Amino acid sequence: MESARNQVGFALWSSADAGEIVDAHEGEQGSLLEILVAFQQRFGYVDDEAVDLLADRLNLSRAEVYGVVTFYADLKREPASGHTIRICRGESCQAVGATEIVEVAEQVFGGKLGTTDDNGVALEQVFCLGNCALSPAVMVDGELIGRVDAARIRELAARLGGYQGG
Amino acid sequence: MVDRRRVFVPGDSAARSVGADEVARRITQISSERGLEVEVVRNGSRGLYWLEPLVEVETPEGRIGYGPVTAAEVEGLVDVGFLDGGDHALKIGVTEEIPYLAKQDRFSFADIGVIDPFSTSDYRAHGGLSGLTKALSMSSQEIVAAVSDSGLRGRGGAGFPTGIKWQTVLDAVADEKFVCCNADEGDSGTFADRMVMEGEPFLLIESMAIAGVAVGASVGYVFIRSEYPDALSAMRRAVEVAYEEGWLGSDILGSSYRFDLHVKSGAGAYISGEEMAMLESVEGRRAVVRAKPPLPAIQGLFGKPTLVNNVLSLIAIPRILTGGSKEYRERGCARSRGTQVFQLAGNVAHPGIVEVPFGITLHELLYGFGGGSRSGRPIKAVQVGGPLGSYIAVSDFSMKVDYETFAQAGAMVGHGGIVVHDDNTDMGKMARFAMEFCAVESCGKCTPCRIGSVRGMEVIDRILAKHDVLDNLRLLDDLLETMTDGSLCAMGGLTPMPVRSILKNFSAELGIDSIDLVEIGRVV
Ligand SMILES: Cc1cc2nc3c(=O)[nH]c(=O)nc-3n(C[C@H](O)[C@H](O)[C@H](O)COP(=O)(O)O)c2cc1C
Ligand code: SF4
Ligand code: FES
Repeated sequence: MESARNQVGFALWSSADAGEIVDAHEGEQGSLLEILVAFQQRFGYVDDEAVDLLADRLNLSRAEVYGVVTFYADLKREPASGHTIRICRGESCQAVGATEIVEVAEQVFGGKLGTTDDNGVALEQVFCLGNCALSPAVMVDGELIGRVDAARIRELAARLGGYQGG
Repeated sequence: MVDRRRVFVPGDSAARSVGADEVARRITQISSERGLEVEVVRNGSRGLYWLEPLVEVETPEGRIGYGPVTAAEVEGLVDVGFLDGGDHALKIGVTEEIPYLAKQDRFSFADIGVIDPFSTSDYRAHGGLSGLTKALSMSSQEIVAAVSDSGLRGRGGAGFPTGIKWQTVLDAVADEKFVCCNADEGDSGTFADRMVMEGEPFLLIESMAIAGVAVGASVGYVFIRSEYPDALSAMRRAVEVAYEEGWLGSDILGSSYRFDLHVKSGAGAYISGEEMAMLESVEGRRAVVRAKPPLPAIQGLFGKPTLVNNVLSLIAIPRILTGGSKEYRERGCARSRGTQVFQLAGNVAHPGIVEVPFGITLHELLYGFGGGSRSGRPIKAVQVGGPLGSYIAVSDFSMKVDYETFAQAGAMVGHGGIVVHDDNTDMGKMARFAMEFCAVESCGKCTPCRIGSVRGMEVIDRILAKHDVLDNLRLLDDLLETMTDGSLCAMGGLTPMPVRSILKNFSAELGIDSIDLVEIGRVV
């Protein structure tokens, strides 16, 4: 089944599709987080509707579901409106210029770390991508990039449509 | 008719992060244009990361490496006949003879970067499954005794004797038990677990099956952090193959044992790596740390006895069984036996995997292997053991790396990550960062960790801004003590470690008078 997709390739939230994901985990012990991760991967976020749906289907309290949704950094409450750039601020990356990478990214994308700019590009911090031998590292829509420098960030901005100003 | 050549281009995610996919594509494309019979194998990484993408070709002299290769250079390589080991500026010779690799003792990492990660015949040809086969011919108690005799200690951070843990789970009486592999690998500066899962996933599967047979568990979970999408898909793929081959499921390898393995993804929380919190995550809940006791070995996943081990602890076991405990125990020093898979990261010229017996000095790791800093500037400090580990100054580089020496020095080996900083690093900022990291990643259960870390940032800010330095130092000292003594787990409990090590070793840089430190007493 082909679902409608948003501009960054995630399927649009649909209760029916979400229900199918829950079906696929029928009978599994402790499947809440796994289902939420599946929602995140499929829709790019966890819709508010998911709380009731999962509380009902998994026989949990709404509070419990809500608690899990809000605990994990990966689980977003709003659909992504554009690309996501995760910049590693782990110590290894800091040792070779992560702070400068963050500065340049904020400048060329025109938004602060932890926010989404006018073009929908979300700049996020992450602590270690396991690419510490090739620091500094960033992840762009799930794609890992190593030995990143300021020039590479500008290139990314040009490709992904961030602000060129600054 | 030309022979079909095997060319190795790592499919390891770090190698891919610097263009290995483009290199592989280009090799395939040019070879087909020129009618050359080439099979491109996407192996794991050898862990010589400054050379990635490291392309290797099989020749009668052995595997010859070229690196770091870019897609643009592939045509030139083909022109000089690199498939036959032709000369080129990027040629580094027989890979195994590179001193960095030749000087190592690759006990656990013997085949990572060598074999095709998903080829069952490659795996078998390199001794795969002989550990499990051996285990199936032993009694549970014999397996656990072999693990105990090897002297292996947990590589996830705490260094707990693995044999004792296995014995506890074996002795626990229950209708069901579990084996849980901690592959959360959240420590910055570490990547060895990732390389295992991407480079030799069958080894982890085999190790977990052995653990299951040993402690009497028929179900296992591998908990992998979501920041590792490639490791997640590699493990899932390998588990599928293992089922098809009869290495998992019922009657494994024709025995009467059953072992099922599930791959679970994290969702972006460092604390999920703490074993009690990990079990919460595997059960689908918030990763809030549970108080111990009861130990997971007694009451773990779903309330059942659960063996929790790190990836590196587990993958040492098959060879401990086949080669004998003695062979492992003979490596290392004092009560730190066997090899440690060190991971050199940060500002280092030759970052990567250095697997050697415990007892090597930091100096040898940093200069003998690491080649000094990447920037060419003097190294100022290294942080060992992840974000909760101490910063060690140059004057202590003659220190041996083993559990005992490090514990004595107020440091920890942890998961074996070593992050190198040159003299450009601002140590005051790193002390503040330790608190920031704790504030972001705290599970929130205890006040000293949740609130203390936020107050910690503020106090450090004031000290760095030279506001009432002495008073604020006193306050910081108090706070660190409260965090150490009043935190439920090592997140809040060990965050003081990097901070204190910076106060102790880099006070001058922070503008702190040594008189003030004497005044405080404890920080020096
Ligand atoms: C905050 C925190 C994070 C941890 N992260 C990890 C981790 O990512 N991987 C890991 O194996 N152990 C981690 N540990 C250690 C585990 O709690 C546990 O000791 C380990 O998984 C046991 O396996 P081992 O005996 O084989 O080392 C962490 C501990 C703490 C306190
Ligand atoms: S020390 Fe921190 S991370 Fe550990 S249990 Fe307490 S609040 Fe949670
Ligand atoms: S610290 Fe940045 S990738 Fe590990």
